[in-house]
Amino acid sequence: MSDTDPIAVFLTEAAELLEQIEIGLLDLTHRLDDKDQIDAVFRGLHTLKGSGAMFGFDALAAFTHHCETAFDRVRKGDVPASQELVAAVLAAQDHMKALIEAPHGDHDDKSSTLLGSLHAAVNGSGNSAVISPAEPEATAPAKQDGSDRAGWTVRFRLPANAMANGTNPLGLLDELRDLGDCRITVDKSKLPPLDSLNPSDIHLGWTVELLGDADRTAVEDVFIFVMDEMELSIEPILRETKPVAEADVGTAAAAAAADVPIPAQVIAARSATPAAAPAPQSAATEQKQAKAAENVRVPAERLDELMDRVGELVIAQSRLSQLADASIEIQLRAVSEDIERLSGELRDTMMVLRMMPVASLFGRFRRLVHDLSRETGKVIELETEGETTEVDKTVIDRLADPLVHLVRNSIDHGLETPDERRAAGKPEAGHVRLSARQSGGEVIITVKDDGRGINRERVRAKAESSGLIQPGAALSDQELLQLIFQPGFSTAQQITSLSGRGVGMDVVKKTVEALRGAIEVTSTPGNGSEIALRIPLTLAIIDGLLVRIGTGAYVIPLSAVEECLELSPETDLRSRGRSFISLRDSLVPFIRLRELFNTRTEPDPFQKIVVISTGSERVGLVVDQIIGDHQTVIKSLSKLHHDVATFSGATILGDGSVALILDVAHLVAAGQQQEAQLRAAG
Amino acid sequence: MMKTAVQQTTDQWGDKEEREVLTFDLAGETFAFDATMVQEILDLLPETAVPGARPFVGSVINFRGKVIPLADIRLAFGMAATKPTIDSRIIVAELDIEGEATLVGVRTDKVHEVTTLSRAARENPPSIGMRWRADYIDCLVKRGADFVIIPNLNEIFSAKRDAAAAA
Repeated sequence: MSDTDPIAVFLTEAAELLEQIEIGLLDLTHRLDDKDQIDAVFRGLHTLKGSGAMFGFDALAAFTHHCETAFDRVRKGDVPASQELVAAVLAAQDHMKALIEAPHGDHDDKSSTLLGSLHAAVNGSGNSAVISPAEPEATAPAKQDGSDRAGWTVRFRLPANAMANGTNPLGLLDELRDLGDCRITVDKSKLPPLDSLNPSDIHLGWTVELLGDADRTAVEDVFIFVMDEMELSIEPILRETKPVAEADVGTAAAAAAADVPIPAQVIAARSATPAAAPAPQSAATEQKQAKAAENVRVPAERLDELMDRVGELVIAQSRLSQLADASIEIQLRAVSEDIERLSGELRDTMMVLRMMPVASLFGRFRRLVHDLSRETGKVIELETEGETTEVDKTVIDRLADPLVHLVRNSIDHGLETPDERRAAGKPEAGHVRLSARQSGGEVIITVKDDGRGINRERVRAKAESSGLIQPGAALSDQELLQLIFQPGFSTAQQITSLSGRGVGMDVVKKTVEALRGAIEVTSTPGNGSEIALRIPLTLAIIDGLLVRIGTGAYVIPLSAVEECLELSPETDLRSRGRSFISLRDSLVPFIRLRELFNTRTEPDPFQKIVVISTGSERVGLVVDQIIGDHQTVIKSLSKLHHDVATFSGATILGDGSVALILDVAHLVAAGQQQEAQLRAAG
Repeated sequence: MMKTAVQQTTDQWGDKEEREVLTFDLAGETFAFDATMVQEILDLLPETAVPGARPFVGSVINFRGKVIPLADIRLAFGMAATKPTIDSRIIVAELDIEGEATLVGVRTDKVHEVTTLSRAARENPPSIGMRWRADYIDCLVKRGADFVIIPNLNEIFSAKRDAAAAA
């Protein structure tokens, strides 16, 4: 961390905080009385304010302060949480983003407008039908912390490296002193002997007996920045009885569980949730947070670098094993086998590292749907499914914009207004369903709505008028629906303020195809549409079939290979003019790659056909020799070779030479074209 | 071996009086690249032909685990390709191709040295009497009795695309 730019760290942290705040707020729109979420939002705002001020984002800190104050009042029960408040803070949260992006811009007008609406939300319609979140809290702790409390016993121990992170324990003690009279004892039981003492670490713990009527929240607030990592226990000092004697975290918890009347509340790492909260829920959040704490953030380009190195290692290793195989040195062989196993495992681990759950992709749609729902007046329910499905990080990054477009499209054009839906006998709320699942080497991401479906007549009319198809052309249903992905296809009725962020359906298709994926559309008039994106799991390594054509080695993606067969000399002769083979009663066109690649060598006596397919379309590729399967680390070709559509990339073989990867979609299209020409001719 | 930071590859003099270049032979002429764009000089490597690619970038090579195109600027200039000799080398240079920094291997017959050319000796390519397309040449620089040709690589690697498409 020491060599990174602190501002950059703050920006990443702020982005995460804003996201947490947003998630909390969106959850609150469904359950206004969710105490955990109110606390989470408050903590997020508080941290954002604090670190904003620390890094010189003063406008942000000042603005966030007001939101924090508002939520503090909600938290304390002065003000009920209301939809207006949540909406106001959501809007304010967007403004905070702007304040972070352009800290010196002119935001005063916007700030004051937003603060105005925030103010109105807090002070104004407090009596709208909402549940005050404070009530359960106000009653429950009141019993515990009522008149028989003389103060608090606060025991805390900071993590050893806390000072390196900028925490000053003396400052914390001073803040406690501000709350009332303190008796402070130092616990030096963990102090190591002098020769092993690291002067920059904290080895001390403190026990503070804080007298006075400060409430628990005030005490907790002192530790708000460090609470996540520290050990902290706060116990009330009762007037009658003696303060709870030496009780470490474990026993206090056990005591509480055993129903012994000790009103001890142990706050362990990260569980800032009051004990009053429902137990399973707080356990769940705790678990989630504990998981988050174990993650390490790594810049993506370092992962890519690592990936390159692993790719090179795999290549070097296969060269080594070729040498070892040719050698009689038994020890060399043993080492080579070890390295082969290790590099294989390393590669597998590496692949997993790049995978991310699609949850990170789906997360952003809640806000989008929330906003669209307010803008369009449509009632929308967003369902997500399969968030744990993992996809290569690049896929996630590249799919974000296209998916936003598809969801917008569904909501904008697919879903009807509540009135229309009622008239059609459907429930008022429209459903948009985002789901992801893995199927073989592919991930299928679908956007499904239960709206009015795609109007095929209108698609056809539009395509005819814009010259995409001939009037009256016979098209299959799928072909007709695929027209919506043509560049320039958008009807005048379709352009609204929602669509038109510069990403059209043709861009969606291009992006998906660039990821070697495909799009399928299904739509039932009146019942909605479903758009499925089929994307290969990973872009970095595929299983390939290594073949030889002339003197060159080529790779065919194994996922596209259906079968391999021999082209018998008779068929070969017979099919000179018309390149078709009959495969289980259906004619499959084939392409002689030797001719396509102009190899100028003698063909091998027994030519092989590799039948490849995309979806329902098949084509055979005639090759000289089938070498075998090959773990293919995909390297892209430079822009100088972008005009060569036959190849989608290249890979490096065991002997260090380069093999090109055939572009299946292109070859299948070429084969189908050949078939069409022959049909037209004969 | 050369390993230098790579900067803008346009072969312009800017306001510099002198220019550091790497000189090499190609079909009997002396050419030069800006030293700053040269990444490495390699012995010949096994290469893989790319069927269907334009002839002057007809193959790819494995450069330290990366697959990079191997260009023969003789073919861009309309000269004949010659058989490799014991002196043949590949210069790996980083070029800006359509806004993307791209490593490209360039075949040469022989690599000479890194030298300094001065602006005073520079001459614009003559508009007539040239064997090659004038727009592929940035400038000629006089050195002794001979000329060093500085090719305009950006022009060669971008415009060639259109020329090939039209052909």
